[in-house]
Amino acid sequence: MNTATLQPPLTDARASASRPLWLAVGLVLCGGVLAVLGLGVGSTGLEAVWNMLADPVAAQIVWEIRAPRTVGAFTAGALLGLAGAVAQGLFRNPLADPFLLGSASGASLGVALALAGLGVSPFATGWVVRLGLTGAAFVGAVLAVLLTLALARGVQHTLRLLLAGVVVGVVLGALTSLVTLTTPDILQAMQAFMLGSTGFVGWAACGLMAGIGFVCLLLACGLSRLLDGLALGEATALSLGLPLGPLRAALVGVLAMATGTAVAQTGLIAFVGLAAPHLVRAVVKTTHGWLVLLASLMGGVLLMLADTLARGLLAPQELPVGVLTAVLGGGYLLWLMRKRVG
Amino acid sequence: MNTVTSLITGQLLPAAALQTVDLHATLGVAYNQRHVLQGVNLTLSAARWTSIVGPNGAGKSTLLRALAGVLPCVGDVLLHGQPMARMAPRERARALAWLAQNGAGEASADDLTVYDVALLGRMPHQAWLASPSPADHAAVERALRQTQAWDWQCRPLGVLSGGERQRVLLARLLAVEADVMLMDEPLANLDPPHQADWIALVRSLVKQGKTVVSVLHEITLALMADEVVVMQQGRIVHAGSTHEKAAHRALEAVFEHRIAIHALGQRWVALPD
Repeated sequence: MNTATLQPPLTDARASASRPLWLAVGLVLCGGVLAVLGLGVGSTGLEAVWNMLADPVAAQIVWEIRAPRTVGAFTAGALLGLAGAVAQGLFRNPLADPFLLGSASGASLGVALALAGLGVSPFATGWVVRLGLTGAAFVGAVLAVLLTLALARGVQHTLRLLLAGVVVGVVLGALTSLVTLTTPDILQAMQAFMLGSTGFVGWAACGLMAGIGFVCLLLACGLSRLLDGLALGEATALSLGLPLGPLRAALVGVLAMATGTAVAQTGLIAFVGLAAPHLVRAVVKTTHGWLVLLASLMGGVLLMLADTLARGLLAPQELPVGVLTAVLGGGYLLWLMRKRVG
Repeated sequence: MNTVTSLITGQLLPAAALQTVDLHATLGVAYNQRHVLQGVNLTLSAARWTSIVGPNGAGKSTLLRALAGVLPCVGDVLLHGQPMARMAPRERARALAWLAQNGAGEASADDLTVYDVALLGRMPHQAWLASPSPADHAAVERALRQTQAWDWQCRPLGVLSGGERQRVLLARLLAVEADVMLMDEPLANLDPPHQADWIALVRSLVKQGKTVVSVLHEITLALMADEVVVMQQGRIVHAGSTHEKAAHRALEAVFEHRIAIHALGQRWVALPD
């Protein structure tokens, strides 16, 4: 009798089943620590947090500026992490990015048009003010995804969807450049949007992102078994009786909603959506039900970390958070590539 | 065609598990379009093991995909006498299971554990959002033990060797506990002892009344089945018992007489000629 038969395998199964739970607990703890740090980073440091009750100015700094920004970084990161996990499951590609369906370039064009429209005529200015830059970004992102779906003639073909996403991304990106070139006044504001920032997130935006994030998470968890089925290939999923068409449509909906909301509030934050599911998979091998939850937590923690570093590294100067996520995410992917090849 | 004519003569025949009526299928689009199935009429008897053989590009895998209902095609496929196109997808999935060729797009399942992969076979039996029932877990355990994959149930699929992976995917198919099982190259990457295990498993499944249809490129192994279907250029050249001389002649002909089939005791062996 060999040792493999002596060992009851179910104990093994239970041990490995609890790993995702431990990772979730670990991520929540990391999030807690980062939240305290996030509240403390600034010209007045952690003292402001201790003095909150006594000093109304300190309370205002912590409650009105640092807290929403920290919570906003978590919720925006969580939305991107969730969208990344959904995109990678839907396109069955570990390098799929939440911005694949053109939402990023659509949001950029929306913002560019809004900025350029400001002051052109009283009518245009009125519309831009009413919509706001976040509104323009959201509308742009949603329209871009709809355009991608129209070009791909629905969600039936994953490859067509990917190619249409690339085409929409390139064309809308070119249009954005054109708008920016013809109205050079908006150059700086556009650059800030492209790099992404958590500096302008208020409590209302936090509430919106948390609400939409919650709905997206529920939907993604509900669809996660179907994502598992899809992992064996589309034909096998079909042979298992899965309704592929409605399933893809629902997943694209979740993807568009999560990325559109995050991009509208924080601009184009690179790599969080790509790296978060990767980092989770490097620690635990699990089903999509756990993956979407863990990738959300991981994305939130990553963006909080990047935000804290962006504010603290060169204090009192502040780095755009998108620069940090790009450097950190790019470095991580490079390491992953070397590990795979080596 | 033989089986269809013998049906008409009214001989005592086992009930048909699967039937195709004038099945046509094309692959590719526009100028690259290829007619892979050109009017296939075939009856596959229930509780039998049938092998589909033929040269590369004969349309064997395409026929299996069409039978599984995962390929759009013209013509009818009847499952236990019912038109499959009109069956509810989940009902069809419970009655008929299909194993894709190894490496046909399951690379994205590398992060799932062996147990989770086998559990996917229970999807047609589970309600949406319902957690797996004790019956599901029992079926998965049975399937993983049948393919000797139970010991690695916690390992991710990505760390397994080609043969081990194939046994897990086979367990996924067995976990469906369908009446009709279609397997595309199930012996790919399996070493001889596990090939022998697979044959024993298929024979016991057939004894329990299951219908097994397999595409095999190893002719000697294919001739261990009860029935053989010989294909060439999208058409059925011959269908019948593996012991018929006519089947052997048809096989030799589609392989341009580069093989010869010899008797070895109760078995048939195909050797290069």
